Amino acid sequence: MAGKTKEKKIVKTIKIDVDKCNGCRACEVICSAFHASPKYSSNNPARSRIRIIREPLRDIYVPVYAGEYTMAECAGRDKYTIDGKEYDECSFCRASCPSREEFKEPDSGLPLKCDMCEGEDEPLCVKWCLVDALTLEEREEEVEEQEEMEDLEIGLESLADKFGMQTIMDALARMSKDDKSKK
Amino acid sequence: MRYAETGFNLEVDLTRGNIEKVATDPRDTALYLGGLGTNAKILWDRVGPEVTPFSPENLLIFSAGLLCGTPATGCNRTILSTISPQTELMAFSMMGGFWAPELKYAGYDKVILRGKSEKLVYLWIHNDTVEIRDASHLAGKGAIETVEEIRKELKQPKAQVAAIGLAGENRVYYASVEQGRSSASRGGIGAVMGDKRVKAIAVRGTKDINLADPEKFISLCTEVLDYIKWREDNPIKGVMTILQGLGSPQEMKVHDEKWHTENFMWGNSRTRRKGFWNEEIEEAWTDTLEGARTRLISCFNCPMKCGATISMPGLPTYMMKCFTKLTYTMAAYSDLDFGLRIAQKATEYGLDGFSTPQVMAFALELLEAGILKPEDFPGLPESNEDRFFYLLDMIVNREGIGDVLAKGTYWAAKEIGNGAEEYAHNTIKKHEQLPLKLSMLNPIYFLMYSVGEKINITQIEGQFPQAPFPKREHREKFCEDWIQVPHEKFKQYFIDWELRGENSIPYYPTVEMTCDIVEWQEMMHYIDDALGQCAGLSSFPLKPPYHIHNYPKFISAGAGIDMDEEKLSDAAKRYRTLVRAVNIRRGMRRQDDRPPENHWKKRFPELEEKLLDGYYQLKGWNKEGIPTKEALEKMGLDYVAEDFLQRGILTEDETADVQTETQTQ
Repeated sequence: MAGKTKEKKIVKTIKIDVDKCNGCRACEVICSAFHASPKYSSNNPARSRIRIIREPLRDIYVPVYAGEYTMAECAGRDKYTIDGKEYDECSFCRASCPSREEFKEPDSGLPLKCDMCEGEDEPLCVKWCLVDALTLEEREEEVEEQEEMEDLEIGLESLADKFGMQTIMDALARMSKDDKSKK
Repeated sequence: MRYAETGFNLEVDLTRGNIEKVATDPRDTALYLGGLGTNAKILWDRVGPEVTPFSPENLLIFSAGLLCGTPATGCNRTILSTISPQTELMAFSMMGGFWAPELKYAGYDKVILRGKSEKLVYLWIHNDTVEIRDASHLAGKGAIETVEEIRKELKQPKAQVAAIGLAGENRVYYASVEQGRSSASRGGIGAVMGDKRVKAIAVRGTKDINLADPEKFISLCTEVLDYIKWREDNPIKGVMTILQGLGSPQEMKVHDEKWHTENFMWGNSRTRRKGFWNEEIEEAWTDTLEGARTRLISCFNCPMKCGATISMPGLPTYMMKCFTKLTYTMAAYSDLDFGLRIAQKATEYGLDGFSTPQVMAFALELLEAGILKPEDFPGLPESNEDRFFYLLDMIVNREGIGDVLAKGTYWAAKEIGNGAEEYAHNTIKKHEQLPLKLSMLNPIYFLMYSVGEKINITQIEGQFPQAPFPKREHREKFCEDWIQVPHEKFKQYFIDWELRGENSIPYYPTVEMTCDIVEWQEMMHYIDDALGQCAGLSSFPLKPPYHIHNYPKFISAGAGIDMDEEKLSDAAKRYRTLVRAVNIRRGMRRQDDRPPENHWKKRFPELEEKLLDGYYQLKGWNKEGIPTKEALEKMGLDYVAEDFLQRGILTEDETADVQTETQTQ
């Protein structure tokens, strides 16, 4: 309803200091517990929305958060070498992607995405990281407010992404016809 | 639904290659909790006294603790239990790391190995798929090397792998099971694994662990985390640096080693080098450690950084923790550079960092004394450092004299004879101890050394300060926020404890107080070992975040067992007694409950007997240290009493006390 005006918005950033990470994976534990249903009723790092890429013998410790779901893997892949340490392909990528098992529910394969622990003062991975490898920074930013998409639209858009717009329209036409004929 | 635990064990018959997933009885969880407690029950039920360590009937149990895999901070330990080749008693070494939680996520509480495989194999546990796989290509590989190869071979970088090195394969009596930054080192468990021809157990799990009362459990966890933060900001004053904070002694962090190098013994636990530590050495050793240490690291779900990755120039990277930093250095009268180099090799071989250096120093003493001859050491190098590397290879390959030394100082001395026994002077129950020789008998330590059935002082001490603070006001101050005491009386014990005078060692704390103090400290270790909680956040340091007052709540909210302090104390007493019973049935008696003869210069035989009597009485044991029928029945261990009666260990018609009193008179 609001026009396109400048609005203030809080941007939350989790700062990740890989040098401070001790590789304990407490973040994975509490993340999966928080997102269990009912809350905290179980935990399972394989459901966590944060993963520690951890290779002690090569001194590699990278906490990575689950980002967007992607249907297809990249055409090419990245491999970084930083300070003489070679990181595996896609180490820093946040996508839930067909190329790897990260950020998918172990049973269903459904994608996982970090939601910053909605409703909590701070993401619980940050709270549980006593070694301060993960810290939270908040800042205010002015953004142009965009009209928010309705839930329905978001759902339709992702379906269109997956099956193609024509298929969705065909399906809708078929469904509405079925619906009418039932009445 | 089962909470905190999975309710399933994996039974692996290596002789037949059979694997079964077996549901466990929840009533056993209520009685023995898990980890060490249920391990002791299984060993009592299934491994009779006639079973020798290297017999196929011996079991090797890898157990996660009851709360491993839950969000309880620092709860990550694997408790390995078997019959030890060195002590021939129940061994229950433990390791931290990442293995136990992974096993829980795979859907199991324990892996129970029995029988013997014909060829070298490894076990691959991936949720419901469990395989025994050929490991012939891994024969002779280092323990760390093996982990990496298995991960690569299975294409499972997240698999957690516990493996033995060549020492275990060759059944060296003090071989360890290595697992990344942790190891189960004491008691020769690696030798039993090697005897069963199992090179490694690899695990990957992606299932849930459930909590009975989730909100309550997480609020308890949050309290623990807050307390850890507070405790780290408020180190305890008046005790040595490594005892001020939480965790294992922070050996990978500290550079000041004056205390260890000047108070612990060098060589074969022989020489105290007062005045050893100086600026030059501190500088050199600091350089060595700073140059080698890549990062301080932790076990699963724990903020303490007790371990480190160590990369010595030209050597593969390995991980280390705690006092192994100095054991090789001090046994060889060398420096830290040597210590960290040889520890790399010893870790790949998979050896206990306490026993191994002492065995090597013992061998060199025997050579010097003429009990072993130069021809026993063909090609022995000149320098002490090279000699240690030489001996390490001889022992692990069991070549020549190394074949005898591989059995540890006690058995080797027996075999060598000719006065060698005098040189195996630092063992308890045939097992090498920390290299400490002191002056005045300390009653608390006397009792802990004597009756600690984990046979390692660090696995029974903690909670109560090692010595009184000089001033009463400091002692009173210490007691102000001492919430961990099970009873207020412990505060008074400590406040009245003086460095000198009437209220000082050896007669203060009194026998009764000493027994109370030891019982408390021991109980906390036993609880940790059943829950899988690391001693570093609980039974080992002063004023830890976990204690007798919050543990029952963790167990109730986690496992859904109705628990309070009394029930928990009873459970701990029950399986502690069961451990004792396993050992009593194997022939252990009062005469075995003693520290090395020369541990203290000033000994008090009469007081020592009273201390043992007092402790036995408190535990409900007779004069021989055998749990009485009455005590056993009170704990619900009727089946133990029955067995003891049948074997004639106890007799029916008289109370056990009277019977053994007449025996000892």
